[in-house]
Amino acid sequence: MARLIVLGGGVAGHTTATFAAKWLGSEHEVVVVTPNAKWNWIPSNIWVGVGQMTKEDVTFDLAPVYAKAGITYMQAKAVSLNPEGNADSDTPFVTIEYTGQGKEGQSEDVTYDYVVNATGPKLNFGATPGLGEGSDLGDHTVSVCTADHAVHANEELKKSIEKMKAGERQKFLIGTGHGMCTCQGAAFEYIFNIEHELNNAGVRDMADMKWISNESFLGDFGMGGLHMKVGGYVVSSKIFAESLYAERGVEWLIGAHVEKVEEGKLTYELLDGSKGEEEFDFSMLIPPFAGVGLKAYDKAGEDITSTIFAPNGFMKVDANYNAGAYENWKAADWPRTYQNPSYSNMFAAGIAFAPPHLISKPMSSPNGTPINPTPPRTGMPAGIIGKAVAHSVTSLMQDGANAHIHEASMAEMGAACVASAGKGLTTGTAAAMTVFPVVPDFETYPGTGRDTDYTFGEIGLAGHWIKHILHYMFIHKAQLKPGWTLIPE
Amino acid sequence: MKPEELNFAKSAQNQTVMIPGKFARSMRTNLIWQFIRFTIINIKMLIVVSKSH
Repeated sequence: MARLIVLGGGVAGHTTATFAAKWLGSEHEVVVVTPNAKWNWIPSNIWVGVGQMTKEDVTFDLAPVYAKAGITYMQAKAVSLNPEGNADSDTPFVTIEYTGQGKEGQSEDVTYDYVVNATGPKLNFGATPGLGEGSDLGDHTVSVCTADHAVHANEELKKSIEKMKAGERQKFLIGTGHGMCTCQGAAFEYIFNIEHELNNAGVRDMADMKWISNESFLGDFGMGGLHMKVGGYVVSSKIFAESLYAERGVEWLIGAHVEKVEEGKLTYELLDGSKGEEEFDFSMLIPPFAGVGLKAYDKAGEDITSTIFAPNGFMKVDANYNAGAYENWKAADWPRTYQNPSYSNMFAAGIAFAPPHLISKPMSSPNGTPINPTPPRTGMPAGIIGKAVAHSVTSLMQDGANAHIHEASMAEMGAACVASAGKGLTTGTAAAMTVFPVVPDFETYPGTGRDTDYTFGEIGLAGHWIKHILHYMFIHKAQLKPGWTLIPE
Repeated sequence: MKPEELNFAKSAQNQTVMIPGKFARSMRTNLIWQFIRFTIINIKMLIVVSKSH
């Protein structure tokens, strides 16, 4: 019997673990190490953040699901990897530190035959002074990155609404809290859901709303934007994003690196090098992401973290990390198998893999401050990558070292994305989008980088219905309820 | 007053953007039209999903 350890229980890790357990059966062991007791459908945290859903609506307990799947569940965080074992043994192992199951604080070495790093991101609030400390959110802003954050965000939002009802104007500032953030889509959803809720509460005219982000143009979303066919034209997402912001009365400040956050105000630097200050009464700023800080040691106990991980803490895989300048970037730089180049029994999936470079065009201010979105690798791509890695590891465990390694390049896969702009059965709207491929391929599509037959977007109630249905579908799938394998990632 | 007049007047940023008029806005939540769009968007998404697995 061989053992697969999956580090992380988010979209990528949960997908990897559940499919691997299904395909391997009782012949081999699948272990999930995750510090969380609950699974969270993160896209719906937006609705928790405006009081349209509860924490219980977007989370469920992992333990019974893993028990049903025959997966060994360790509620713990991974601390380090020893891919060559140590002085006493050649068997590789992961050192974990328990965060639950009555063993809080205890360490344990868990041996493995294969390991998949799907630890997701460290929410690096500490990268911006005043935004938080380390991975802890500070006191000046709110967040929707976790279900608990979203509950808190809704409490603060309700306070602002009460103030507006009492005649006090409120300034809402939503966006990204650093020049190197990703996940602009979550902030996009939150600002328009707040706007929708303020209309419902009858206080929209008492609110000033502003977007602040590191995108060089509205609608970049960390993907360099997208072009879609509308009315016979092929149109940039910039046109539609600006249209929506103008229609909903939201001002925008782009190309911004937030330097510091204080009570009720922040300072920023723009791409032109100028600096400024923005005041707010309510602010939600997405933090930058980093790797979770896993260390790695060789058999002699020497630190090999820089061999296994990129400087940002994400795990190196089969990507081309030496592509050089933007002009040299190619779709082929992006990884296909997510196998670590140093240790073939080690994979990374989802946010945890180190991308070869940005997707958006790299930019910096005259002061040398990089201000550009980092590549998104959440949602559908994370699920597809997780499943491909599960396929590969299963094949290796069942057929040996010469087994077929499965591929899922983000430069060859598409993605569907639904961004909520307000919740309501007949009044809600959402932007429904598809892109193909996720990473632009300018060799195949020299103008837009993508196939415009399969890249489209539109906003409307239909998008909201789809988003709401997906909420239930993906929670059904993650709970391994009947038919779960039929629901695509 | 037409709502788009207020949108364009709100800020200098808005002067050069495309803002939907009354018809385009109403179609976004028109139940019959959106049911049709729901069907079409789902088909488009399924095609992209099938090309990606």
